[in-house]
Amino acid sequence: MSKNVLVYVECADLRPTKAGLQALGAGQRLARQLGGEAVALLTGPGLEAEAAKLGAHGANKVQLAAAEVFATYSQDGLARLVTQQAAATQAAAVLASATPMGKDFMARAAAAGKAGLAADCTDIKVEGGKIHAVRPVYAGKALATVEAAGVLWATLRPNVFAVEATAISAPVENVNVSYGPGDLKSVVREIVQGVKGKLDVAEAEIVVSGGRGLKDPAGEGKQNWENLEKLATTLGAAVGASRAVVDAGWRPHGDQVGQTGKTVSPKLYVACGISGAIQHLAGMSGSKVIVAINKDDTAPIFKVADYGIVGMVEDVVPALTAAFAETLKS
Amino acid sequence: MEIIVCIRRAPTTDARIKPGPDGKTYDPAGVNFDISEYDKFAIEAGIELKEKHGGKATVLSLGPTVSSKELRTAIAMGCDAASLLVSDAQHDAWATACALAAKLKTMPHDLLLFGWNSVDNQAAATGQMVAELLGLPCVSVTVALEVKDGVAHAERLSAHGNRERIAVKLPAVITCQKGLNKPRQPNMKGLMNAKKTVIDESPANAPANGVVTVKLDPPPPRPAGKIVGKGPEAAKALVGLLHNEAKVV
Ligand SMILES: Cc1cc2nc3c(=O)[nH]c(=O)nc-3n(C[C@H](O)[C@H](O)[C@H](O)COP(=O)(O)OP(=O)(O)OC[C@H]3O[C@@H](n4cnc5c(N)ncnc54)[C@H](O)[C@@H]3O)c2cc1C
Ligand SMILES: Nc1ncnc2c1ncn2[C@@H]1O[C@H](COP(=O)(O)O)[C@@H](O)[C@H]1O
Repeated sequence: MSKNVLVYVECADLRPTKAGLQALGAGQRLARQLGGEAVALLTGPGLEAEAAKLGAHGANKVQLAAAEVFATYSQDGLARLVTQQAAATQAAAVLASATPMGKDFMARAAAAGKAGLAADCTDIKVEGGKIHAVRPVYAGKALATVEAAGVLWATLRPNVFAVEATAISAPVENVNVSYGPGDLKSVVREIVQGVKGKLDVAEAEIVVSGGRGLKDPAGEGKQNWENLEKLATTLGAAVGASRAVVDAGWRPHGDQVGQTGKTVSPKLYVACGISGAIQHLAGMSGSKVIVAINKDDTAPIFKVADYGIVGMVEDVVPALTAAFAETLKS
Repeated sequence: MEIIVCIRRAPTTDARIKPGPDGKTYDPAGVNFDISEYDKFAIEAGIELKEKHGGKATVLSLGPTVSSKELRTAIAMGCDAASLLVSDAQHDAWATACALAAKLKTMPHDLLLFGWNSVDNQAAATGQMVAELLGLPCVSVTVALEVKDGVAHAERLSAHGNRERIAVKLPAVITCQKGLNKPRQPNMKGLMNAKKTVIDESPANAPANGVVTVKLDPPPPRPAGKIVGKGPEAAKALVGLLHNEAKVV
């Protein structure tokens, strides 16, 4: 069996992303168990300096595909490269982050490699000589342990795997491809920016979410949502929402947490005025610590919460913001 | 335009899922099924495009014979024909994609529509895999779509609420996300049609799974929580616990 692990390290703004380094950390630990090497693959121009530094985060080798064709994202362009490099490195496993980008191209790359995909994994390790990946299914209502007959292709959930601190001197190799932009089937033409600097709930370390209990922000709930934003700013958190809130048009769909929204796994999740319907719990019960604020002490959200306050969001949320501000100052 | 919408019969989102006695699959007792949530956006997109450009929208599913119920719902919404690849097995995205692709090769198609993610298997992979198997371009997680002169103009949701604009030549695969449209309810005429429609059934031609489930476990139980107190007076104590006990701030 081959022993190497190929990790696609996602970059943004000319740097590896946190999720990309987490995947590399997982790849290094898996490679150690297999007795092989972790090979980091980066794409795009301008990453030479960053590529040279990846030995500090678990890479034994770095491959850099700096060609202009990788300057803009293409699902089939990247899938083709990753399939090519998986074969070239004799990888036993190919890893990438379960981000909008990783989820998009890894499925295509796995299919090109005639393999399945273990999507959105929360654990990966060698057991009984086999690589086992654990992935939440049915929106986190069950955990499936999966293995592959051949190469295991997997995407890893952000914020679950630790970044490695290593002192490896990892050589950087340039990867060339025989295709150019004209050979690609789909290329991103333009990126319409979302709200500048907005933290995504799926990536944030802390999420504060609002439910129907906060009421209509265009009416009597205006102050409540401002208070929630203030709490988020104080904590450096992203603002999430229940589906009831999104369906009412109070928050954009990208904020929705739950089975048909985003799955979040922050270290702290604060649910304000959210009842805790099964579909909502499905999206957030993987959070490390859950706090619930609800006026109704029988609300199901208290069943999964580590800490709760029974009270009105109108006055509990601002009191929390003040208490956090004081603690963070000291 | 020949449009094919791939739909999955999946447990409803309020279903309680418990691992069954084999420890690998879930116990189906008391579980209800429906069209997987995002596939409804794919059905609506197919019907809207057919209404605008003419042509035909066909629904295709791989699953047990009872999946004809979900296919009939799609007909009732406005699709024209339905095909079922019959299989009682649990297939992963790879095996599903292979079986769908094998059938799709025999069906004329300009546009293949999928949900971006199934609510049960959650691979978010089948559409891209079918695209690879058929050598087609693909845009996933699509929230806006227009077809003009043989080109699909799509917007996909990427990180940080950004939207990526991508134009791909038909035939193409599009996977659909909420926000693309508002799925319609079946009307009387649709329901009549659904009753009359003969579903084209054939055995599924699926390979072995690419990833095999060796174990299905319930999620680890969360330790019992505590109510810190009532009203704003409890805020200080809560923050103290988060700082000193849970150590998350
Ligand atoms: C197919 C399907 C998919 C779904 N997917 C999702 C999903 O992804 N995510 C999701 O969230 N939901 C989802 N749902 C919806 C879900 O079933 C619930 O309807 C929804 O989560 C309820 O939102 P809520 O908790 O904000 O509202 P409610 O259930 O109305 O709860 C409001 C809560 O606020 C409390 N409250 C009211 N006023 C105050 C106050 N002043 N101070 C403090 N507390 C107050 C109340 O006690 C109550 O507990 C889905 C449903 C279906 C059918
Ligand atoms: N058994 C199936 N039959 C038809 N289409 C399917 C099936 N399973 C998945 N799909 C399609 O693939 C999409 C993504 O599923 P998944 O890759 O499992 O997340 C679904 O939303 C459906 O459109």
